[in-house]
Amino acid sequence: MPSVIGLTPMDGVTPILDARPARRAAQMNRLAGGGGIDRSRPLDFRFDGRDYQGYAGDTLASALLANGVRIVGRSYKYGRPRGIVSAGPEEPGALVTLGSGAALESNIRPTMIALRPGLEAFAQPSPAGTGPDPLGWLADRFSRFLPPGFYYKTFSWPRRLWPFYERMLRSAASAAPVPERPDANRYEHRYMHCDVLVVGGGPAGLAAALAAGRAGASVVLADENAELGGALIDEPDTSAGCAARTWVATMVGELDSLPEVETLRRTGVVAFHDHNYLIAVEDRGDAAAPPPAQRLLKIRAREVVLATGAVERPLVFPDNDRPGVMLAGAVRTYLNRYAVMPGRAMVVFTNNDTAYRTALEAAGAGARVTVVDIRLQPQGALVRQARAAGIGIHPGHVVTAVRGRRAVRGVEIRPLTDDGRGVGTAAEELPCSIVAVSGGWIPSVQLFSQSGGRLRFDSDVGAHVPGEPSTLNRSRAAGACNGSFSLAACVAEGFAAGQAAAGGGSGAGVPHPPPGADDEEAALFLPHVPGQLPGKSFVDLQSDVTVADIALAEREGYGAVEHLKRYTALGMGADQGRISALNGLAVLADQRGVGIEALGHTTFRPNLKPVRFGAIAGPHLGPSFAPQRRTPMHPWHEANGAVFEDTGTWIRPFCFPRPGETIEQAVRREAHAARIGVGLLDASTLGKIEVQGPGAEEFLDRMYVTTRRGLAVGRCRYGMMLNENGVVFDDGVTTRLAPDRFLLSTNSSGAARVLRWLEEWLQTEWTDLDVFCTCVTEQWANATLVGPLARDLLRRVTDIDLDPARFPFMSMRQGTVAGLPARVFRIAYSGDLSFEINVPARHGLALWESLIRAGEAFGLTPYGTETMHLLRAEKGFIVVGQDTDGTVTPVDLGQSVPAGTTRDFVGKRSLFRADMLRGDRKQLVGLLAADPSLVLPVGTHLTDTPQPVPPVPTLGFVTTSHFSPAVGRSIALALVAGGRGRLGTTVTAYRRDGGPHPVTIVPPCFYDPDGERRHA
Amino acid sequence: MLLIRCPWCSEREQTEFSYHGEAHIARPATPMDQTDEQWGDYLFFRSNTRGPHRERWLHAAGCRRWFNLLRDTATGQILAVYRPDEPAPAATAG
Ligand SMILES: [Zn+2]
Repeated sequence: MPSVIGLTPMDGVTPILDARPARRAAQMNRLAGGGGIDRSRPLDFRFDGRDYQGYAGDTLASALLANGVRIVGRSYKYGRPRGIVSAGPEEPGALVTLGSGAALESNIRPTMIALRPGLEAFAQPSPAGTGPDPLGWLADRFSRFLPPGFYYKTFSWPRRLWPFYERMLRSAASAAPVPERPDANRYEHRYMHCDVLVVGGGPAGLAAALAAGRAGASVVLADENAELGGALIDEPDTSAGCAARTWVATMVGELDSLPEVETLRRTGVVAFHDHNYLIAVEDRGDAAAPPPAQRLLKIRAREVVLATGAVERPLVFPDNDRPGVMLAGAVRTYLNRYAVMPGRAMVVFTNNDTAYRTALEAAGAGARVTVVDIRLQPQGALVRQARAAGIGIHPGHVVTAVRGRRAVRGVEIRPLTDDGRGVGTAAEELPCSIVAVSGGWIPSVQLFSQSGGRLRFDSDVGAHVPGEPSTLNRSRAAGACNGSFSLAACVAEGFAAGQAAAGGGSGAGVPHPPPGADDEEAALFLPHVPGQLPGKSFVDLQSDVTVADIALAEREGYGAVEHLKRYTALGMGADQGRISALNGLAVLADQRGVGIEALGHTTFRPNLKPVRFGAIAGPHLGPSFAPQRRTPMHPWHEANGAVFEDTGTWIRPFCFPRPGETIEQAVRREAHAARIGVGLLDASTLGKIEVQGPGAEEFLDRMYVTTRRGLAVGRCRYGMMLNENGVVFDDGVTTRLAPDRFLLSTNSSGAARVLRWLEEWLQTEWTDLDVFCTCVTEQWANATLVGPLARDLLRRVTDIDLDPARFPFMSMRQGTVAGLPARVFRIAYSGDLSFEINVPARHGLALWESLIRAGEAFGLTPYGTETMHLLRAEKGFIVVGQDTDGTVTPVDLGQSVPAGTTRDFVGKRSLFRADMLRGDRKQLVGLLAADPSLVLPVGTHLTDTPQPVPPVPTLGFVTTSHFSPAVGRSIALALVAGGRGRLGTTVTAYRRDGGPHPVTIVPPCFYDPDGERRHA
Repeated sequence: MLLIRCPWCSEREQTEFSYHGEAHIARPATPMDQTDEQWGDYLFFRSNTRGPHRERWLHAAGCRRWFNLLRDTATGQILAVYRPDEPAPAATAG
C-alpha cells in the first residue's frame, strides 16, 4: 500500500490538506456551509482501497477533493502523478476505473460520475495506482528515451526484441484494466425525431429551447451534465448567484410545461452526421435507477442549435501537471457547487479577467490568494474588485516553476520580458497548495465542425469560432460556442437561434439574469511561458505531450497539424484534445513563426468522447444479434438429439448422434445408410426463387452459363451463375414449372444475393424484359430421400408415378406425398437416387414425421449437413464459397464454355480475357493423401518441393476434406495451379502441425464416376 | 447518415439503401466483339468524381427498386433523385 506522504509544511500552508488520510477522515476540504450538496445524506465510498465519505450531490471528483485526495492517476507515458484538473467532461488529468468483475468500467472521468453509496473506484493504473511507481519515475527521469514517435524510433530494432519492448511499454503505460467478464449492464437504443435539437443546456441552450418550444416546435434539449444551467449553477450564494439559479429554475419550469419539449440530462451528443443525424448517449447515472444503464439516442432533427459552450484553456508552464494545478473555473465550481475548497493557499495564474472571480470567491471563503497576471496593466472591473479586497496581484509575471512532485507546494514567479519572449531573472517564491490557471476560453466547436461548418480563427477570442455553415446540414451556433461570452449575448443569441430554427415565432425574447462585471479586458495570449526553464511544460496532459515534444516534431518535419497529432499523440486521448488541441496549435505556430490561423486545425472526429461498446451494441446481442432461421422440421430435430450448426442465418442439424455415439461414428452411420439404404435430409434451407413472365426464359438464358432454352415443363437443369467478371457467384438447379414460370434453387445462404442480382439486371439493364422474381425459400419445406431404397419408401406414401421411365432423373412431378400437396424433384446432390419432396412450409413437420413413420420398415436414417457434405464431396460437387473464392471461373471448375457469339450470358466475355486463359490458373482437382487415414485440414497449402524452405510458393490449397467410408479412405478437393495438367502427379501438402506429406492429384470425383447410381 | 428520397417511398434512412457505384455505365451490346481493353474499361474503370456524381442506389430494405442519385461527393448533398427510366439531370441540378 502507498504510504502516507510526509510533506514539509511550507510557510502558511496547512500540510494536512495535502496528506492522504490513513483511514476515513473528515472531509477536511469541505466548507461548513453553502453549495448544492445535501449534508444530511452522507455517502460512503472507496477509492484505491480506502474508505471515504462524501455527500449526495457530489461527483466522485468533488468528493475526492473534499477528502484532500490529490493524486488520482498517473500519466500514461511518464508515470507522473496527476490530479483532478477540471470539473467537467473535458477532464484531461484524472481517469479512474470503477467497480470490478462484470461491472468494471475503465477510463472514467471522476468529474462526470455522481457519487453513490458504495461506489468503488481505483486510480489508473491500478492497483499500484497512486503509490510509488519506480517505472514511472524512471520514465520521467529518462524521458529523453521517450521522444515523440518513440515507438518508431527506439523500439524498431532489432525486430526480434519487439515482444520484449512491447511488454515493457505496456506495463509502463498506464493502460486501463480490461474487464474480464461481459458487461452486465443493459443498454437500449432510442430513435428520436424532432423539429429542433438543442445541444447544451446553459443560458444560450435554455433560451433557444424555450424560443423554439414557445413557437410550437417539437424540441429536444440535451445536456451532458446532471443539472441544466451550464455555468450559471456555479455561481456563488450571492444575490446575483441566487438570481442566476432562479432564472435557470424558471426557464426549466417553463420548458417542462411545454408538451412538445423534452429535456435530457446526462446526455452527451457525441456525433453530428449527415442530414442532421446526431448520436447522443444518455447516461442514467444512478446505479439505483432501473435499467438500462445507458441509452444510445439516434436523433434526426430538422434543425440543430449548438449551444455547446466553452471550456477553459490551460496555461502552459513548467511542471503545470502537478496535482493541485487546476483550471480556475473548475476551482470556482468546486467552491460554489460542491462547497469544496481544494486548497487554502492559492495562486491564481491568468491572462484574462474571468479568473479574478475565482480569486475573489476563494478569498471570500477564507483562502489566501495571490494573483499572477501575464498582462502588464490589468484594469478591468474584476481586477479592481480584487485589488480592493486586498488580494495581491503580480502583473506582468508568469509562473516559471512549480514546487512539489506529488502535490503543489508553491510556485516560482518571474517577470515576463517586454517582448514576451523571455523571463527576467528576479524570481520570487509563492507558497501555495493550489494553482488556479486560466488561459482564456475555448468555444466547443467540435459538433459545428462535424456538421460540415468551417471554422475561422478569431484573434480576440484566441480560438476557433464557427464560420461558414454547412451546405448539407441545418445547424446554427449560439452563445459561448459561437465566441459570444457575455451572459446577455448568450441569452439573446440562443433565443434568436431557437426562434429561427423553429421557423419564426413571436415574442421579444427572455430577460437574462443579472450579469457580472461585463467590462472585461482583453486576454493576452502567450503560447507558453518562454525561456530556458527546467521542468516539463505540458500541452496535453492525457497524452503526455510537452512543448519540447512539439518543437522536436516540428524540427523533424512533422509540423503539419495532422502529422503533429499522429507523431506526438497530441489530442488523441479520451478527452479528444478538447482543451489541449488549441495550446498545441499555439505552440506549433510559435515554433514556425506563423499565426495560428495559418495552421488550420485537426479534424474533430466522432465520437467526441468515449462511448461504451455496450451502448453501441444496445440490445443487439446474443440471440438478438441477428434473426435465426429454423426450418419447419426443427422441433423434430430438437426432440431427436440433433447436434446443430449455424449455416449463414440458418440453424441446421449437423448430425443425429445416437446415445453413446461420437459425432464421427454418427456421420459414418448416416452416410452408410444413404449409400446402401435410404437417408432423409432436411433441405428446406435451399434457396428458392420463382421467375415468371413472358421474358423469363430469355432472361434466365442470359443469367446462366448453361442455356435454359428448350427446357421442357417439368424438367430440371443444373447451372452456374457468374458475375460480370466471370467468377462463379452461385449454382443451382432450374426447374420449368410452366412455359413462363421457372423455379431456381440457390445456395442456402445465397437466395437474397441472387434475388438482388436478378432484380438489378431486370431493373437497370434489361428493362424491356417482362419478368418478375419472387423469393419463395420460406414458402416450401424440403425433405429429401436419398439412397437405393428411396423409391420403394416413397412409393408407399405418394400417388405420383415413380417409374423411372416416366419420372426420370432431373425432372419434377406434382402430386401428394403423405396426403400433402407436393412437388417432387429428382435431383441428386448426393450422387445417389434422390427425391426432393417439397410441400408448403406449414406441412413440413407433418411430411417429415410421416416419412419417418413410413421409413421404419426401411431403416430410414435422418442425416445432417456433415453427411450431406461428405456425400457431395465423394462426388466432387462443389459448394460455391467453400470450393470457390472470388477468383474461380466455371472453366477453373472444369466446365467448358464455347467462345461463339451466338449466345451471351453475364460474365461470358470475361472468361476469354487473357488472364482467364492462363494455363496456371488454379483448377479444381481431387487429392489423395499417401496415408489413407490422413484427413488434411481445409486450407492446407500444397507445394512443389518435398522439403520446403521458406519462402515457398504455393500451388494451391485444400478446400474440402473428409474421411469417406464409401471410398474407404480420406478424400479431398483442392484448387491447384494448372491442376488438370498435374493429374497423377504427387505434390507436397505442407501441414502446419506434422510437416510435409505427399499427396496425389486425381480427378475431382471419388464415387460412381460415371454417375449411374443417380439414374436408378 | 443521409436521408434519401426514394422515388417510390419518399424520404428514408440511408441504412435502408445500398450503394452501387457510378450510374449510366452502358453494357456493350455484343460483349464478345469487345477487345480485352474495351471490356476492361467497362468492368473496372469509373470516373471517381469529386463533385456532382450520378450514382446507382437500391432501396434494399424497402421497395427493392433501383434508382439514381445526383450527389455531390465532396459535400454529400443530394442534388437530384431520378428513376432509371428518367433522363439524367444536368450536373448542376438542385
Ligand atoms: Zn423505396
